[in-house]
Amino acid sequence: MVKSIGKYFIFLGTLFTNRESFRTYARLFIDESVKIGTDSIILIAIVSVFMGAVTTIQTAYNLVSPLIPDYVVALVVRDMVLLELSPTIIGIIFAGKVGSNIAGELGTMRITEQIDALEVMGLNSASYLVLPKLLATLFTFPMLVIFSAFLSLFGGYIAAEFTGVITPQAYTFGIQNELNEFMVTFAMVKAFVFGFLVATISSFMGYYTTGGALEVGKASTSAVTNSVIAILAADYLLAQLLAQYLVSY
Amino acid sequence: MIEFNNIEKSFGDRQVLKGISAVFKPGLVNMIIGASGTGKSVLLKCLVGLEQPDSGDVLYDQREFTHANRLEKIEIRREIGMLFQGAALFDSKTVEENVRFPMDVLTRMPLDEKLDRVNHVLSRVGLENSNDLMPAELSGGMKKRVGIARALANNSKYLFCDEPNSGLDPQTAILIDNLIKDLTVEYNTTTVVVSHDMNSVMEIGDYIMFMFEGHKVWDGAKEEIIGADEKAFNDFVFANNLMRTLKEQMK
Repeated sequence: MVKSIGKYFIFLGTLFTNRESFRTYARLFIDESVKIGTDSIILIAIVSVFMGAVTTIQTAYNLVSPLIPDYVVALVVRDMVLLELSPTIIGIIFAGKVGSNIAGELGTMRITEQIDALEVMGLNSASYLVLPKLLATLFTFPMLVIFSAFLSLFGGYIAAEFTGVITPQAYTFGIQNELNEFMVTFAMVKAFVFGFLVATISSFMGYYTTGGALEVGKASTSAVTNSVIAILAADYLLAQLLAQYLVSY
Repeated sequence: MIEFNNIEKSFGDRQVLKGISAVFKPGLVNMIIGASGTGKSVLLKCLVGLEQPDSGDVLYDQREFTHANRLEKIEIRREIGMLFQGAALFDSKTVEENVRFPMDVLTRMPLDEKLDRVNHVLSRVGLENSNDLMPAELSGGMKKRVGIARALANNSKYLFCDEPNSGLDPQTAILIDNLIKDLTVEYNTTTVVVSHDMNSVMEIGDYIMFMFEGHKVWDGAKEEIIGADEKAFNDFVFANNLMRTLKEQMK
């Protein structure tokens, strides 16, 4: 375990040392950004709409009191979506979709000697293969989180419209009321951290795959499992570190 | 010229290479042969830097490689072309992109020049008009030929081939062997071929090095094989009926 963590940090170091030229990465970065973004956008859209709708309905049923105005439901939904649901749940989905893809791709390249071929050519294979994926993830994942938050709030509106748990007017008023802008910053910090963890952990698992097809499958599974654990641990740490600023903002 | 001295390599308690030295000359097909598990591929990996030997050194035209710093190693590696056992073509790239790849990432050649070079090497390996095919659309022999074209695309001075005709039918295997031989002479590359196929050895081998249990047991020209008296070498070479018959006839 400790050895693996050490190896992971050495791996991170190799991404940034002896890099290839900027020109080499530019095209790869664009390709990876398109791939990573389009790969997961449909799934994230579906999950986000339902996540918002379900959260609205459940919150409405749990806040039934004559003392609590209806719009508070929307306010709670908005805060939950921004602070937790969009970054974390979408992070976990992202790990399952993109993380397993990255690990599978690199694992296959490893066992078919494609990574060795890059090394023999004199390229820093880790940097060449992983850095564009990492940069693309850091670029696209925050956008996916914003997209998810928007669709979740839209999902909540649909639930309000069709179930009548609160009126659409109260919902619209609620999501605009008393917005603490630091929540958006908080969500973006989480998005960057989670994106970094998914991209690097998945790449690490794939890059060091040994064996055959079975091991590529195992590497993909490990990539998802470890990324999810890392996201949850980082979520807790970030909550500890940043929640105080949320209060004082 | 590739020269290596006293190469040793262990994995855990198991010593795979036990002090191997040799000199591989340019313009010749230098073959490393031996049974499976004798350390041929590990030696090849030590020579190209995919494995770091525990001791010993490798020199490329008198330039230290094993203990060189990363930049010096990169400099030498850019003169190396390698054909892997499974060809190791990039799945997501076309034949043309695969062959062009070393030039794309290692040089600043204009696109026209790169395409000319791609078409030249592809025609040289007999794959004209295959530029737009994907690796999945190629047969085993075609993949190997694209692998050779990629290895030579950047004017490599050193060509390494790991079991170049494994998994191929005898006719295609001879075709690949002859291609390696022709290109070695044409481009004056120092070619190193790892194989356990005696047909290949007899077909194209100029200098043959036989490995057994991590040691270099025998080396010489293919004409000297029949007269060799090393038991492990004879057991390996004359394991098949064809070679035994040949030996009888020559006697």
